[in-house]
Amino acid sequence: MNINLTLIGQSITFALFVWFCMRFIWPPVMGALEARRKQIADGLAAAERGQHEQELAEKRAAEHIKEAKGQASEIVTQAQKRASEIVEEAKGDAKTEADRIVTGANAEIEQEINRAREHLRKEVVGLAIAGAEKVLKREVDKGNHAATLDDLAAQL
Amino acid sequence: MAEAALTASGYIKHHLQNLTYGKIPEGYDHAGSWGFAHSPAEAKDMGFMAIHVDTMFWSITLGVIFLFIFRKAAKYATEGVPGGLQNFVEWVVEFIDASVRGSFTGKNPIVAPMALTLFVWILLMNLMDLVPVDWLPQVAGVVGASVFGMDPHHVYFRVVPTTDPNATFGMSLAIFAMTIFYSIKIKGIGGFMAELTMQPFEAKSLPIKILFIPINFFLEFVGLISKPISLSLRLFGNLYAGEMIFILIALLFSSGIGLGIFAGVLQWAWAVFHILIVMLQAFIFMTLAVVYMEMAHHSH
Repeated sequence: MNINLTLIGQSITFALFVWFCMRFIWPPVMGALEARRKQIADGLAAAERGQHEQELAEKRAAEHIKEAKGQASEIVTQAQKRASEIVEEAKGDAKTEADRIVTGANAEIEQEINRAREHLRKEVVGLAIAGAEKVLKREVDKGNHAATLDDLAAQL
Repeated sequence: MAEAALTASGYIKHHLQNLTYGKIPEGYDHAGSWGFAHSPAEAKDMGFMAIHVDTMFWSITLGVIFLFIFRKAAKYATEGVPGGLQNFVEWVVEFIDASVRGSFTGKNPIVAPMALTLFVWILLMNLMDLVPVDWLPQVAGVVGASVFGMDPHHVYFRVVPTTDPNATFGMSLAIFAMTIFYSIKIKGIGGFMAELTMQPFEAKSLPIKILFIPINFFLEFVGLISKPISLSLRLFGNLYAGEMIFILIALLFSSGIGLGIFAGVLQWAWAVFHILIVMLQAFIFMTLAVVYMEMAHHSH
């Protein structure tokens, strides 16, 4: 319990310990703590930013989808319109074609009729001449009356 | 001498005597040469020019252990995921940092490391109290007898440095010197003197002011001086009392089996309770040191 040099020794020891602690222990530990605090804060900020960006992206995506939907429906409408147009066009074309074919056929029929009529006329003329020949064997000279006969044939 | 060691009061006295090294005074063997004191009276007669080897040894050992462990953690401190040791050190440092921030508002890079050193160092020194009182002194006796050829009864050994008033006063005087230094540095010598003489009694007129100076000075000076004394005596008193109770409990061990078992239970119970005191005293010492530094930095 005597007060002696230990007092001074203890004071010096204490001072040295404090100096060592201040110089070599406190700054690195506090530095690490501070750096970690900053890192965590940065991480949190980054996370928040990411979330915000995600929200924006979602909003943008929704807008894109809406736009695309609009475009798609527009395209569908156009396509339907075009399809009906094509159908109408085809209908018109087919009608024209049918008309043309019918007209052609009619003309051919007409021609056929005419040809048959001509043929028949010639046959009738031939028969009439043959008949007349038989009747008028001698009196009618084929050469003299050819003009008359042709005239007759043309009138038939 | 051997007789004294076997009686109860001899046992207690032996436990309360520091291992003192100094110039052996007149009237003892080997007077004039340097050596260890062989009795409490001899240690007392050595006067101021002597040193408590046990106190110095344990305080420096524990302080070096503290600094070594913390330095190791600080050296490899990473801002990434901390390991176990770093985690522990960071926990302690943050705890100290939070307490310092709570009571110290100035800007002084020495205060927080000082608080850390005080807290951990005092805690470690106090914790030596939980080592059963006879273990280390017995070891010291064996070492002293076999290595240094001393009479084991004369190897005094106190393992708790904070039960030595030299240790507690050493720390509180260093803190006192720091508070005076920073008071003068921050407020100037005039401001410091004004703080000592111009309050608590204040007056408008000059003569009354002058009249108040001695009264104020007396009051403030007592207040100033009482700070380091109360700081160190509080720590010393608590730990000394705790150690004394451990010694008294240890005395019971030699009084038969029944009392021995009772003593064992008592020692355990007191040790558990003492953990609280050990922590609390370290924390109080640190906090008050920080508060004194705060008072040095701010005029009130």
